Amino acid sequence: MKEQLAKIKADALSAFERASDAAALDALRVKYLGKKGELTGVLKMMGKLSPEERPVMGQLANDVRAALEGALDACSEKLEAAALELRLKSEAVDVTIPGKPVSLGHRHPMYIALDEIKDIFIGMGFEVLEGPEVELAVYNFDKLNAGENHPSRDWSDTFYFDTNSRVMLRSQTSPMQVRAMETRPLPIRVIAPGRVYRKDEVDATHSPMFHQVEGLVIDKGVTMADLKGTLNTVVEQLYGAGTKTRFRPHHFPFTEPSCEMDVQCHKCGGVGCPTCKGEGWIELLGAGMVHPRVLEMAGIDSEVYTGWAFGIGLERTALRRFKIADMRLIFENDVRFLEQF
Amino acid sequence: MKLSRKWLSEFVTVDANDKDFAEAMTLSGSKVEITEDLGAEIQNVVAGRIQSMERHPNSDHMWVCQLDVGREEPVQIVTGAWNIHEGDMVPVALHKSLLPGGKKIEKGKLRGVLSNGMLCSLSELNLDERDFPYAVIEPAALLNDYKAIDPEKPSVPAGVTPGHKLFGAVKAAFVTKVENLGGGRFAVSCDSGGTYHTITTALVNIHPHDTIALDTEKEHICTLADLRAEQREFPHCISDGIFVLQEEGVRPGDDIRPVINADDHVVEFEITPNRPDCLSIIGLAREASATFNAPLRLHNPAVKGGAAGSLTELLDVETPDPDLCPRYTARMVRNVKIAPSPKWMRERLRSMGVRPINNIVDITNYVMLEYGQPMHAFDYRYVKGGKIIVRRAAEGEELTTLDGNVRKLTSAMLVIADDTRAVGLAGIMGGLNSEIVGDTVDVVFESANFDGACIRKAALALGMRTEASAKFEKGLDPLNTLPAVNRACELVELLGAGEVLDGVIDVLNHVPQPTVLQLRPEKINALLGTDVPVDEMQSILKRLDFGVDGETVTVPSWRGDVEHYADLAEEVARFHGYNNIPSTLQRGETTRGGYTPEQQLERALGAVCRSCGYSEIITYSFISPACYDKIGWSPDEPLRSSLKILNPLGEDTSIMRTTALPSMLETLQRNCSYRNKSARLYEIGKIYLPGGPDGLANEPKMITLGAYGEDMDFFAMKGAVEALLREIRAQDVHFDTCSSDPSYHPGRCAAVCAGGEQIGVIGQIHPLVARNYGADTDLYCAELSFDALLAAQGPGAEYVPLPRFPAVNRDIALVCREEVTVGALTACIRRAGGKLLRDTALFDVYRGTGIAAGSKSVAFSLTLRADDRSIVAAEADDEIKAILEALEKELGAVLR
Repeated sequence: MKEQLAKIKADALSAFERASDAAALDALRVKYLGKKGELTGVLKMMGKLSPEERPVMGQLANDVRAALEGALDACSEKLEAAALELRLKSEAVDVTIPGKPVSLGHRHPMYIALDEIKDIFIGMGFEVLEGPEVELAVYNFDKLNAGENHPSRDWSDTFYFDTNSRVMLRSQTSPMQVRAMETRPLPIRVIAPGRVYRKDEVDATHSPMFHQVEGLVIDKGVTMADLKGTLNTVVEQLYGAGTKTRFRPHHFPFTEPSCEMDVQCHKCGGVGCPTCKGEGWIELLGAGMVHPRVLEMAGIDSEVYTGWAFGIGLERTALRRFKIADMRLIFENDVRFLEQF
Repeated sequence: MKLSRKWLSEFVTVDANDKDFAEAMTLSGSKVEITEDLGAEIQNVVAGRIQSMERHPNSDHMWVCQLDVGREEPVQIVTGAWNIHEGDMVPVALHKSLLPGGKKIEKGKLRGVLSNGMLCSLSELNLDERDFPYAVIEPAALLNDYKAIDPEKPSVPAGVTPGHKLFGAVKAAFVTKVENLGGGRFAVSCDSGGTYHTITTALVNIHPHDTIALDTEKEHICTLADLRAEQREFPHCISDGIFVLQEEGVRPGDDIRPVINADDHVVEFEITPNRPDCLSIIGLAREASATFNAPLRLHNPAVKGGAAGSLTELLDVETPDPDLCPRYTARMVRNVKIAPSPKWMRERLRSMGVRPINNIVDITNYVMLEYGQPMHAFDYRYVKGGKIIVRRAAEGEELTTLDGNVRKLTSAMLVIADDTRAVGLAGIMGGLNSEIVGDTVDVVFESANFDGACIRKAALALGMRTEASAKFEKGLDPLNTLPAVNRACELVELLGAGEVLDGVIDVLNHVPQPTVLQLRPEKINALLGTDVPVDEMQSILKRLDFGVDGETVTVPSWRGDVEHYADLAEEVARFHGYNNIPSTLQRGETTRGGYTPEQQLERALGAVCRSCGYSEIITYSFISPACYDKIGWSPDEPLRSSLKILNPLGEDTSIMRTTALPSMLETLQRNCSYRNKSARLYEIGKIYLPGGPDGLANEPKMITLGAYGEDMDFFAMKGAVEALLREIRAQDVHFDTCSSDPSYHPGRCAAVCAGGEQIGVIGQIHPLVARNYGADTDLYCAELSFDALLAAQGPGAEYVPLPRFPAVNRDIALVCREEVTVGALTACIRRAGGKLLRDTALFDVYRGTGIAAGSKSVAFSLTLRADDRSIVAAEADDEIKAILEALEKELGAVLR
């Protein structure tokens, strides 16, 4: 019997090794360890053994069973691993084949630039105002301290809807300053982006319709130093920390003192190059302290409140931001252009 | 505004190079556009005296000159010019020199003879005869240069000998000697065939051995004109040549730049409209003086006067429209000698970009540049009745202005007139009928102040914005007229151009009182955020010629822009330095900031469009009225009523759009024409509907989708619209067949409905509309009202427990008439289904074999489920049975 067990073990182990797949291995499990298997057959003869031999043989038989089961598991694992390897190999793909296209639309570059500006101001506690583009001349000019004879009122500069020059297409977003002051509680911190219109023929740097962003702050104790501080912060966020700026005196009817803000030319670092026309600086925006007369006209006591305002042209900002050479591309909406952003 | 730095230095000494000058002036408020070194393009060009000249051995028209250029050895230069003589002083571009236009001069050989540079003409130095009137070249007709037009029939025989009679008394004469008398005059000795003559002439191209045509009776050397010859007959006898200098004190070797005023530097400013005082040398000098803290040297014009006659008897001025003419100042000059003005005056004018004309006209321009006060000079002869009337033009009155154009005037325009007619357009341009001409004897200088608005409107209406009108329109200082007219008279005396009559005519209709302001230093510092001491503020204002008495500030008459303490704050800030104002962060009550719900929705909807593959576009708000025809709108479509721009750039941009569809279709077509295979675009933009408050527009926003190309059809676009509606969690969404929108394909268009309202339209663009736009592909569009989408927003998300019990799925295929829509079937199924019916999904629409013509098979997958238990088959069967009964009864749809 001992020899029988030894033979079964040897036969089985070698058979297991030769098994080529899981099914064959399973058949061998049945052949050797099944209810009618060879080892079971031997064990069935245990009853015929002497009581002294029985535990010894029993022990031996159990050892053989354990050995076979262990070997079966090991072979099974090996076969599974081999099968998996084969499968993975057969499933390999050429990863350089392009992915299945997901078509995503693109934000217009000018509104990307606008979003950047909006986000910066919103972070500083500003709200975003919208208002009419078909506007009263009173808001576009009179209440902004631009008198009856201001040249930009000319029909050669501004689009009108009536012969009395009363209703017009706003030529700037500044009327939103007046609308904000007339309707909103103090203090005011708003920006007002939108379309504006001037009678300019279309060329690489002009368009009869373009966009501006207006900003307005009205509060007690607002100073020109605040204007500088806020706009410097905005510029650092737009153009990177450490961007140098300068403020130059300028003239706008609705601010006093007025200024223009330049940023140091990013191309040449201020030495002067074609980008900045040799000046070392690039004009960014116009700003100033809200004219006391404008405050008064809007019903705000200029002895108590002061404010500052700015206006920035969006097209030029976007053109510079994305190095676009021609403003016409902005309104042409060629998908090959749009898909670059 | 241009500024000659040489001229500026008469009033203020500024020790700064152009770059530093420009920077400092820019930062104090006078923005410099460009600076120009007039001599930057002229290098190594010197004055040289011609010591000797010989004819070129290998050329019939060139000369070899030896020039003294201040060196030990003379310099040899070959030239083809014939107007030079020994002893002449000429500009010499030496070896390795530079001329305007970037022209480089180097030594080289001309027909085998070394030339160490080039002699320069006026134009080669970027000058012309107006700069140096004496440098006009008048040539004689040299018979040795004669080329017959027809070689068979020469007018002058070849090898003509002295004494040969050409015609009349004109004979050929051989030049034996030419003596340079200086000043452009020569003594020419010649032999006309045994008779010897010495003739003084200004004809400059005659040299020994030349043969001239001499009128022996008049002792006159003939020009081409005298011979009635054409230029091509005398190819080298031309009025071009070397610039022969007649300047005094110029020595050989001197740099040519100071001689021709190319050592000046010109700075061009962008002057803001509130500062007309800076449109003058003195105004800018005052700014420069304050900027560099250097004293301003002003000059008080002094007029000797004393001409015979009485001004008041000769001239009377009336101003019937005093509001349009606050001040009219005039003086008279008699016995005028019209001549070119002196070099220094011409140079200054030219540096400032003004063309010299004659002494009187130049003086008016000079004073306008210096004082910023436009002046006009007119010929007294043509002031009929000795009376000047500053009046409104008669309606339709005509005046020929100095530029030769006939102007038709209106009563809104102001004219300068005499008793009978207009002689000038006030503040814009003089009349041709009173122009200063060569024989003008008596001149009236007008130095007036006109109403800026009146001048601006007239100039605009006539399309003739002049230097003068550009100044007047900004509002000039009425106190400037008198010094300016006196300065003009002073210059007349200085130039010896005439005799000034004593006295001034000065009509003062309105002299503004000086503005007096309180300085309010605390308020200024509070506005600026600075701590500028009071004495610094006072010092700044004094530098600008403000009257400062403690805290009382008197604004000078030329600073009409300063009316308020805020204006004083700007003056202080400008010279304290904008960049010395600290940079502080916002203080005070905090505000919340952020987007409104509308703005948030707009951003969210844009994001959905992009995630569906649609790119954002921006189109013009104004369109052509023809667009409404192009999109197929009927003539009585109410939305055709649009706001019309009365002064549009063109028809194409003349009305405010009441629909964004044309803009989208144009954009799609443009992409088609660029051969872009497909495009998916969206715009969130306004339309402009008449009838808003105050006569304004209602400006609702529209979301417009447009697409064409691969994978695009009605249902592809509908998917995007459905995504937008899902984003806003819209309730009760349905798409209703719409065959009435003329812009869309009647069989492929739907009204988009949500929350019980129509919120837009979607469909394929009508083939005829597409054709109107020239599209050769199917176009798809959707137009959704942003306000309606805002209103259709459903309630916010709330969690619904996930199902715990299994569902039963039943597929049903129905046969129905073609006209029964999937929407109707779905609605019927939903209505008939009980609580258990949870989902109705279309999975097939079939027509063809097995289905009768005019019918179709529509298959749905129905999902039935209860929340509290597993349902049994019988329950599902009952539910399906009820649904099928309803379908048959309501829509005639039966199980296939």
